[in-house]
Amino acid sequence: MEQPEQNVVAQTETKTELPKPAALHDTRPSDAAVSATTGATVFETKNVSIYYSSFRAVTDVSLTIHENEITAFIGPSGCGKTTVLRTLNRMNDLIPGARVEGDVQYRGASLYAPGVSPISVRRRIGMVFQKPNPFPKSIYDNVAYGPRINGIRNKAKLDEIVEKSLHGAALWDEVKNRLNKSGLGLSGGQAQRLCIARTLAVEPDVVLMDEPCSALDPIATGRIEDLMHEIKSQYTIVIVTHNMQQATRVSDRTAFYSVLRDEKSDTRTGVLVEYGRTAQIFEDPQDNRTQAYVTGRMG
Amino acid sequence: MTAVAAPRQAPDLREAKGWRRSKNRIMTILMVAAFVITLIPLGFVLFTVIAKGASIISWQFLTGSPIPPNVLPAGIGGMWPAVLGTLLITGLATLMAVPLGVLGAIYLNEYGGRGWLAALIGFMSDVMTGVPSIVMGLFIFSIWVLHFGYSGLAGAFALGCLMLPIVIRSSYEMLRLVPDPLREASYALGATKSRVTLTVVLPAALGGIVSGALLAIARAAGETAPLLFTILVVSTPNANVFSGPNTSLPSQIFSNATQPYVGAQDRGWGAALTLIAICFILMIAARIVTARFTRYSR
Amino acid sequence: MKADPASPAGSAPLSQQRPLGDRGFQILALASGLLVLVILVLIAVSTSQQAASWFSTEGLKIFTNNWDPATNHFGVLGFIYGTALTALIAVILAVPVSVGIALLLTEVVPYRWSRPIVYVVDLLAVVPSVVWGLWGILVFVPWIQHIYASVGSGVNGVPVLGALFGPPTSGASFLTAGIILAFMITPIVTSLSREVIATVPQIDREGAYALGATRWEMITGAVWPHSQGGVVGAVLLGLGRAMGETIAAALVIGSAVNVITTHLTVPGYNMPAVIANQFGEASGTFRAGLMGLGVLLFVFTIIINVLARGIVERSARRKRGA
Repeated sequence: MEQPEQNVVAQTETKTELPKPAALHDTRPSDAAVSATTGATVFETKNVSIYYSSFRAVTDVSLTIHENEITAFIGPSGCGKTTVLRTLNRMNDLIPGARVEGDVQYRGASLYAPGVSPISVRRRIGMVFQKPNPFPKSIYDNVAYGPRINGIRNKAKLDEIVEKSLHGAALWDEVKNRLNKSGLGLSGGQAQRLCIARTLAVEPDVVLMDEPCSALDPIATGRIEDLMHEIKSQYTIVIVTHNMQQATRVSDRTAFYSVLRDEKSDTRTGVLVEYGRTAQIFEDPQDNRTQAYVTGRMG
Repeated sequence: MTAVAAPRQAPDLREAKGWRRSKNRIMTILMVAAFVITLIPLGFVLFTVIAKGASIISWQFLTGSPIPPNVLPAGIGGMWPAVLGTLLITGLATLMAVPLGVLGAIYLNEYGGRGWLAALIGFMSDVMTGVPSIVMGLFIFSIWVLHFGYSGLAGAFALGCLMLPIVIRSSYEMLRLVPDPLREASYALGATKSRVTLTVVLPAALGGIVSGALLAIARAAGETAPLLFTILVVSTPNANVFSGPNTSLPSQIFSNATQPYVGAQDRGWGAALTLIAICFILMIAARIVTARFTRYSR
Repeated sequence: MKADPASPAGSAPLSQQRPLGDRGFQILALASGLLVLVILVLIAVSTSQQAASWFSTEGLKIFTNNWDPATNHFGVLGFIYGTALTALIAVILAVPVSVGIALLLTEVVPYRWSRPIVYVVDLLAVVPSVVWGLWGILVFVPWIQHIYASVGSGVNGVPVLGALFGPPTSGASFLTAGIILAFMITPIVTSLSREVIATVPQIDREGAYALGATRWEMITGAVWPHSQGGVVGAVLLGLGRAMGETIAAALVIGSAVNVITTHLTVPGYNMPAVIANQFGEASGTFRAGLMGLGVLLFVFTIIINVLARGIVERSARRKRGA
């Protein structure tokens, strides 16, 4: 049943089930459809180049992100993988002088078309950052922040969403008795899971992760990787990582980026070298640069 | 339902309608309005001072003397005693407060370290910037004027007390910005701490220190309250700043402001324009020094 | 002659103590620092001494609302009330404007446009107190008198508004002084708030945006919790400044003693203004009384400033540690 998007507020107030943004109602697959639509396109980028003022940071990226898969972006530092990631939820808008050329399509809609609201985009495409950044509020208020700004005021509904999201982030058992304590008092791994819970609370379609484990110890890292596997069936995940083992552990597909050096102007531009199923990238890379990187000779 | 067969509608990514967007817009407008609100009185004051003062200002006004009685119209006599007083008293205050303030900042940054005394002095210095200027005047009155009489020197003491914590804070911030490797290089050549400070650190921070001092001078030049009980407003010039009552531009403006005579009011506007011009020039000078001569800034 | 590596040419022997000049400089620097503490103590002591006769002859009567030197009455409650009232008005008017400008500068305006805005705020700070007063009494007061009069007759008899703004009205009044004080404290509250807000980590802002927040939602969700402590400190500093501002208040407050009322648009007095206006003719207990007001003013502003700086320090420290 296709439903045209209505005013989000009105929809969420009248539904009796857990609130969902109306627009997702027709884009989120049912369970039966998952196996049939694995491979459905969530993102498609066509010849995307990203500039900061006149400096070209990333050039000519064309790839397709598939539904309910975990896609990893890997590559040496400065290759633009985070820049491309941030393009997918219009976070580069926050940097003055940043602009995108080429087309970025999200489920058939162009993300950078005129009239597109970054706020609507970001509610559907969430992001977890490298350094955990809980708000200086209580754990409850951290998770409830997203639903609240989307108009949900009913305490019972909020309680429900908070509990569900914290369960989803595998954090509920650890914090259920101290929801009123500050989010700043958590350990690194817990704080990052709190940020993930916060992201899940707005029921996004996609979760982008920018090196989410780089500030965490191996045990906390492992828990987050397990979490990614658990939630994969409900979300599409794109993760930037500098840890190749992590990419092999979690991702279905991998995109390898590298750096193009322009000797004349002494600038470095990021470029997508190779993209394919993870097994293929690591075991049978087609490009020399990919092979050099994954075998540890470069980067 | 076979989602594969039925074509999916592309998500609608347009602006979220309703109150969220409006609220954001309204708040942004309010923030801009806050700025615009400050433009109104500022513009009003500057416009009035310039409009009313410009016709009064002349070479005669600035250098003529003595200050005529309030009943007389503008054009007779001039403001020289007040101009001279402002220059001398503020100058003397600067000579006292700036070196002491810079030395105090040097103590805080170079010698005091994390000790309790430096922390206390730094904290109380900031607190001292909040002491009302009239209290400084009462202080100098009690401790100096009662024994030695009114003089420009007493006024300078009061202004100096006002300037001291300002100079300490701004100089301290500038000294902090000088990178340690500079000091270390000098030590490694065998210099003593005082030598390092005077020959390497101070010159490196000089631009910022001068800029901060200029702003403190602008503040002091405009102050009236500390001078009320220390210099006793007069109408003839007194070049001897160490003895005898004196006057200053702000003092004259204050006494003229309450006069019903047009002449006195006119002279008040002229003096106000002169004073604002002085403060303005000092502020511009501070900006130029910051832009051109400051090596390390935030 | 071969140079002795242990003592290169021109240097002092390694065993010598620190040269006198170096020690002297350090002592000089220390003395300059201590000067701050010395001055503060001297202020307290000397002004209290001068005010002693007032404290001793009046005792607790100083807190009555009866200031009449001609009949030897020196109760200053009216001045304390006026100080509190005008400072409160100034803060209520200035804080929304100042915080608004601070947010405008840190969150809304791109860097290129922020310079002119900062210039304007600095310009506001450069106008001397006496010029505000001159403009206030000669231009602002006659103009606003008409507004007070029409508003006053309009709200005459209305429950709360009438008590605040009803007749009789006067251009030179508590409200006028409060308004001009608001103009004067805006720069300091703005620049301090701006410093505080600028320390909010950018990554927190991004976290809020990434959840689909509008800019205002980001400000209330991520910026405000971080900076509320510091802004409170900035507001307190503005309050202290408004309490002590003398000359502008002295010229526009109306110079009426013993006024304690709900009416905002009537002439009144505050502590620094009465000191400025009446000190010239004062002697004996009269003068001691004015000195005593200076002591009270000193104590109040020191307390407020210590509180304010403490709050700002603490919120800055918490941020650095977190």
